[in-house]
Amino acid sequence: MPEKLAWKRKDLLGIEELSKEEIELILNTADSFKEVTTRRIKKVPALRGKTVVNLFYEPSTRTRTSFELAAKRLSADVINIAVEVSSVKKGETLIDTGRNIEALMADVIIVRHNCSGAPYILSKSVKASVVNAGDGWHEHPTQALLDIFTLKSKLGRIKGLKVSIIGDIAHSRVARSNIWGLTKLGAQVTVCAPPVLIPPGMESFGVKVTNDLDEAIREADAINVLRMQFERDNVSAFPSRMEYFKAYGVTEDRLKGAKKHILVMHPGPINRGVEISAEVADGPKSVILEQVTNGIAVRMAVLYLVTHAQGGAI
Amino acid sequence: MKYLIKNGHVIDPKNKIDAVMDVLISGVKIEKVAKSIEAKDAEVIDAKDRIVAPGLIDMHVHLREPGREDKETVATGTHAAVCSGVTSVCCMPNTEPAIDNPKEVKALKDIIKRTAVANVFIVGAITKDRDGKKIVDVEGMKKAGVVALSDDGNSVEDPEVMLKALKQAKKNSTFLMPHCEDKKISDKGVMNEGIIATKLGLRAMPKKAEYEIVKRDIELAKKAGARLHIAHVSCKESIDIIRKAKKDGIKVTAEATPHHFSLTDECVAGYDTNTKVDPPLRSREDVDAVKKAISDGTIDVIASDHAPHGKHEKDVEYDYAAFGMIGLETSFPLAVMNLIDTKLISWQRLVELMSLNPAKILGLGSKGSLSAGSDADIVIIDPSKQWVYKEQDIKSKSKNSPFIGKTLKGAAVVTIVGGKIAYKA
Repeated sequence: MPEKLAWKRKDLLGIEELSKEEIELILNTADSFKEVTTRRIKKVPALRGKTVVNLFYEPSTRTRTSFELAAKRLSADVINIAVEVSSVKKGETLIDTGRNIEALMADVIIVRHNCSGAPYILSKSVKASVVNAGDGWHEHPTQALLDIFTLKSKLGRIKGLKVSIIGDIAHSRVARSNIWGLTKLGAQVTVCAPPVLIPPGMESFGVKVTNDLDEAIREADAINVLRMQFERDNVSAFPSRMEYFKAYGVTEDRLKGAKKHILVMHPGPINRGVEISAEVADGPKSVILEQVTNGIAVRMAVLYLVTHAQGGAI
Repeated sequence: MKYLIKNGHVIDPKNKIDAVMDVLISGVKIEKVAKSIEAKDAEVIDAKDRIVAPGLIDMHVHLREPGREDKETVATGTHAAVCSGVTSVCCMPNTEPAIDNPKEVKALKDIIKRTAVANVFIVGAITKDRDGKKIVDVEGMKKAGVVALSDDGNSVEDPEVMLKALKQAKKNSTFLMPHCEDKKISDKGVMNEGIIATKLGLRAMPKKAEYEIVKRDIELAKKAGARLHIAHVSCKESIDIIRKAKKDGIKVTAEATPHHFSLTDECVAGYDTNTKVDPPLRSREDVDAVKKAISDGTIDVIASDHAPHGKHEKDVEYDYAAFGMIGLETSFPLAVMNLIDTKLISWQRLVELMSLNPAKILGLGSKGSLSAGSDADIVIIDPSKQWVYKEQDIKSKSKNSPFIGKTLKGAAVVTIVGGKIAYKA
């Protein structure tokens, strides 16, 4: 029997620094928690007496709710703190906020931040576990983990799968985390976007780059369609939602050339009629809502592992 | 007071000396350099196995006074300088208020006179409040004592204003040392554009933002027939432009910082805000180009761009952190480690880059060499001393250095400023 890998990290900051084995450990742990979420009584005492703080510098409903439910199902006490980004610069610093939260005896700080790297800065200044719930354009590790978990449970494996990530790659933390996770587990990843939304040096991530949606769909076992955020200031090169939809919107028509079993994923929230048509989002190939459900199990696994690593009495 | 520095290995590129010699200092001047000097009335400083060179001149330093004495002062900055073999610094005008009129120059001169332990030369602003609009009273500033003009931190955005400023600088026998950055291109960027920025999800500052202005300012200098010194050159393209301009006979000189020849943008991974600097740390290719330019003469000067910032300005998100790192205390050892030990340049060339050339560019005829009659600004160096750069040992008031904890090689053991011992290890 090979020795079972123990989780050693107090934090989950990104997928890039994880090994294949660590990712698999999270997925396997999530598997056992998935069963819990289907019980009539959906609660286990694994984090009883622990305090989990959701520290959100960006508005978020689904990620925050998902983490909150995950923590509650592990019997942790959960506090939500929403910070007004506009007041950050004159107000308390991230590090001070982190230390104050820690002074409340928090065991885990889940942080969502508009600045790339913020969870790293926080993790260096607190002893509590830090879980990255999305930082700037950098990483969104639990989203990638739940995407991979969903893929694996639907298709039975990750190794050898062809996965295309479609949309605003340049500004997407979901894309980056998925690329790291999928490539580490042996999937072949293609990223597809108009040239202005492909950041420099993308090929060095070990992915294929294309500007052609049909090409990205043709070979894929799954596509992960990213939310297009037109409110960003630097995508002005892109004239309109309608034009984007015509060139890169995933529709039933575009999926005609796809493999029969192709899965359609989306991290949400969906812009119907922008990056994806309503028919596809609600159609038989879509696993979008399963992703949401799986998110709870994956986040339970993450919270369990990081608190376990810090030597808590579990 | 007389000092006799005995048996040191004298490196004095101006006089082509590279041999064991004695140096006799008399009062504030160097009396002579020769083999086996006898001087009964002089205090002897043993320099066996040491290098004796003209004091280092750092052309690009932020002393933060007036206005940001919380980060650095003339006193603390020059103390850091002399402990590191630097006997002269040029202080940049992006203070609060900016050094943009003769009155501010005089006020700063007074602070320097009262508190500096090294020579401090003042660089004035090119435009009022460094906002690129109205050119300062160049004649008045020059009379008040500035050695050069720079809106450091900003480029003069309007080429017409820049051209006028170049002409006025020429007329008043001074020169501009521009910070080259098109902020419309670098925008909200915080690091070099490339694979690392893509990985880290940080906004990029493309090299184009730098080299387009380097190109523009050189063209304008040519048009004005004015002298130009490009501050902190960081990328290959800028170097190619400068190399060509020099070949074409344009009067341009350039400096590079130790961090731009010692670190690549890979250091930003981990989001250490001490790596956030403008111009940003570049790719390996650029670092190699800077090194090559240092060895082939395209780069004339090594200057630290010593930029002190308080903890509260660095202990924040990478996007919000201030640009800049301190460099006075690491400049020389980084040059030893990355340029001498790698056999890229000789000690002669190093002293040229860090003393003789800055003196020439600044028009400080009595500095940068050990010629008889020169100012007695001298550094005695232990070239092989290894030491750990510890935060608690930093002399600067600010501690924002990415080199903290690193083992460095090469240190000043005695620094003499104007014939007086300003530092002794």
